[in-house]
This record gives sequence, C-alpha cells and structure tokens, in this order.
Amino acid sequence: MSSLVESTVQETSHAPAASVQSASLPRLGMAAPAFEAVTTHGKIRLSDFHGTWLVLFSHPADFTPVCTTEFLAFAAIAPELRKRNVELLGLSIDSTSSHIAWVRNIKEKFGIDIPFPIIADSNKEVATLYGMLMPGESKTETSRCVFVIDPVGIVRAMIYYPLTTGRNTDEILRLLDALQTTDKHKVATPANWKPGDKVIVPPPATMEDVEARLNAGYECTDWYFCKKSV
Amino acid sequence: MACISSQGELSESARKMLAAMDASATPEDVASRTELPLFRVRAGLREMAEAGLVELNEEAYSPTQLGRSLLTP
Repeated sequence: MSSLVESTVQETSHAPAASVQSASLPRLGMAAPAFEAVTTHGKIRLSDFHGTWLVLFSHPADFTPVCTTEFLAFAAIAPELRKRNVELLGLSIDSTSSHIAWVRNIKEKFGIDIPFPIIADSNKEVATLYGMLMPGESKTETSRCVFVIDPVGIVRAMIYYPLTTGRNTDEILRLLDALQTTDKHKVATPANWKPGDKVIVPPPATMEDVEARLNAGYECTDWYFCKKSV
Repeated sequence: MACISSQGELSESARKMLAAMDASATPEDVASRTELPLFRVRAGLREMAEAGLVELNEEAYSPTQLGRSLLTP
C-alpha cells in the first residue's frame, strides 16, 4: 500500500511553487508531488532522493515482454546513471510479491540483476498522483511514463509512451546529460545534441547584449543563433 | 521490510548501516561509509528509528542499546 505524505511543504520547501503544485498533476518546472510508497527496497519517500536526480518511471505490468525488455535496458544504464548522480525508481500497479517474483525471474532467465526499487502501487495512489493512468489505453495498467526529478525535487522532464512501445533508454541518458549540462553551463541544447557537441547560447535580450554576443567569440550564424563548446 | 525481517532479524544492509555508525552519524556519513545509495540509507535509518534500533538527534542518528545488541554475535 502506498500512502501520500501530508508534509508537501516540508518535502518541497526549497521550491516556490510547492503549495500550488501539490494538488495538481506534475508540471515541468514545478515541485514533484510528494509520496511515500512500499517498494521492493522497503518503504521509500520522494524526499529520500533529495540531493540526487531521480528517474521515476512506470510500466504496465510485471511478467510482460515489452516491460521485461525495458527493465533489462534500465538495468543496463543504471551504472551510467549512478555516475551522474541519478537514481531509478520503477512503478506498476502490482504487489511487492509480484515485483519480487518478476525480478527473480529476470535474474534467472536473463542473468541480469535489477538494481533499483520498484513501487508496488496496488491502490494506484502514486499512479493517480502522477497521472500515469491513461483511461484511453487502460484503467488498470500504467502507461510507460518517465518523470525526471532534479536534486531539489523539481520536475524537469516528462516522457509518455503507449503500452505498445518500449522506451529508448539511450534517450533517457541523453536527456539527463542535456539537463545537467544546461544547469552547469546555463545553456540550451540543440536537436539531437549529445555530450561533446556544441551547445546553444541563450538568445540575447537587449541590443547591447547583441553587440556583446557578436564579439564574444561564439560560433554565430546570426545574432540569435550562436553556439559554443562547453 | 527493508531492514528488519518478519522474524525480527536485521537485513544485510541494516547490519552494514548499524556497523558504520559510531556515536553519531548523518545519513550522508552512513551512505559514504557503506557505499549504499543515500535514498536507501535515509529510508533504512527511518525504519530502524521506528523499530527503536537507532535514534535521531537533530540531523544525526546514533545506535540505541538495542541496536548495538543486535550487532553482537
């Protein structure tokens, strides 16, 4: 059973929008809804991840083929994510016993350890809180949702895939690299960016900034379109 | 339960955490000493506090007499 934690203000006291966010579905740039849930690693609160990045993701059901491929893929990127101070947390509307049996089955059949906890959201509390149920797809299975939550508890990215389409974990890794690069260097990343590529310098807001920009040594195609290496 | 089995026995991670604590340690200290993920240490220490194995003083935990007794063979 999962139970919602009342102390949303404490959970997200660093986030200015916490009080507004607590009653609605997740929004980019807003505090992630607080929760406490039973997982395969014991009872965990969202606040336990304070100081680390978190990839909270849902899957439709245990012992299903696409989900199994996804878990193998998430397990494969877990070491790279850990290097980036990112933790994984899975979720489905299944029991802890089902999760444990499935994880053991994956170990037995594929030889892979699943290193991250999985929320047993039998009563759909966290799934409902995060809008992981898509009634047009299923009323009993969560869709393939991904929420990237930063070290201070802000939702930084959301990805939704349908039941039929397995996710691309390389893209999730790339997304984390992009978000962390953005935070570190105060830049944006262009389409299909990957680490090592040039980044986008935010457009200037004033004429004075434009002049400064053009003399700053950036690779500029025009005044609003400048790149640099980081 | 992550730290204490239904038979009341400590899990391996709980033993690690208790063994890594001296007089007083923050979750960050314990995570660093045990190499366990910080979220797991926070959740584990909270669970052990509820079971009376550790106590929280401000931001640091210390093992109780009961907690220490479970570590000794």
